[in-house]
Amino acid sequence: MYDGKKIIPGLLIFLGLVTYPFWHNGVSGKTGYVPKPKLPVDKKECVEPKDYIRVNHKDLLDDWKSSAIRKGRRTYVASNQKRYTMSLTRTCMQCHTDRAEFCDQCHKYAGVENKCWDCHMFPKEIKKE
Amino acid sequence: MELKRRGFLTIAGLTLLGLTAKPGWDIFSKVELPEPSPTPERLAKKKWGMAVDLKKCWSLEKCKDCIDACHRIHNVPDLGTLKEEIKWIWPVPFEKVFPEHELEYSGEDYHQKPVMVFCNQCDDPPCVKYCPTRATWKRKDGIVMMDFHRCIGCRYCMAGCPYGSRSFNWRDPRPFIKKVHLEFPTRTKGVVEKCNFCEERLNRNLLPACVEACKEKALSFGDLKDPGSDVRRALYHRTIYQRLPELGTKPKVYYIL
Repeated sequence: MYDGKKIIPGLLIFLGLVTYPFWHNGVSGKTGYVPKPKLPVDKKECVEPKDYIRVNHKDLLDDWKSSAIRKGRRTYVASNQKRYTMSLTRTCMQCHTDRAEFCDQCHKYAGVENKCWDCHMFPKEIKKE
Repeated sequence: MELKRRGFLTIAGLTLLGLTAKPGWDIFSKVELPEPSPTPERLAKKKWGMAVDLKKCWSLEKCKDCIDACHRIHNVPDLGTLKEEIKWIWPVPFEKVFPEHELEYSGEDYHQKPVMVFCNQCDDPPCVKYCPTRATWKRKDGIVMMDFHRCIGCRYCMAGCPYGSRSFNWRDPRPFIKKVHLEFPTRTKGVVEKCNFCEERLNRNLLPACVEACKEKALSFGDLKDPGSDVRRALYHRTIYQRLPELGTKPKVYYIL
């Protein structure tokens, strides 16, 4: 091989740089990171069970949005027959008051952005301002 | 065991008391009922309308309680410039609101007096016809609703509205809101907004904020289909004006002189 002395170290350096994000995160312990959304202390129950909410909260909120705004129907009957007002600000955010400690935990980790918070404000957000 | 009259009455009384315990507990414990889900048929039975008694309104000079109340609960920003102003209720001189009633030598002194104007919640709303995304539409109870989620900010509705009732958010309004009212969302840049007849309050059996705030009771609100409602009673045997009635938009805001 011509210039093997240059090519092989060059390839090694290249591979090292390309895989840098992987081994860097491995060394710094970031691969084991699990988001920990902080649940409200004084409330025990969400509108639906935790597993359902974790997967379907987006669809649920989307349904609430169209039902409340476009149809004017604001009563939500949960799977356990309890009734709630369909409102992100007046129902959800009454318990989940802090965006940084709750929503952002997973949303930042997964890199999922949304526009809910452009208009719907968290109670904690205002106190900080 | 023989039951005497006194014993019977005691037991009957205690039973009655026991029966009232559960409903009483429900009333006094803080169980909040969810907001209702009216069916379209039930919504269609009503037609909300408003009447503004101008003489009562003018009795307090420079009062703007209605504007403050509305803008506070709906998080309407105060941008400080006329060009980008966002308004749900605002005063306009009488001669500008009712140019057809402006008679030069009528001897009346109200030509320059302020008239509070809102979205007229037209029965035949031009803005709805223009909106390409159905972000604004007429509800069954007559309220011209606005879905901020769906508005793309094309401003066709603003061009279509003959009353100038719609405002556009040229910039992020949040820094210009003095104190955010948490129960109502703010808006973002690029969204059109207007008066919604306090739809979110009507749902909870509350009167619109402006009507509630008016000390002179110049604003009456109610169901136009009900002859006994506040708004209908305010309109009996009075001189009534509407803004630009010749356009056929059929406004549901009446002005009483």
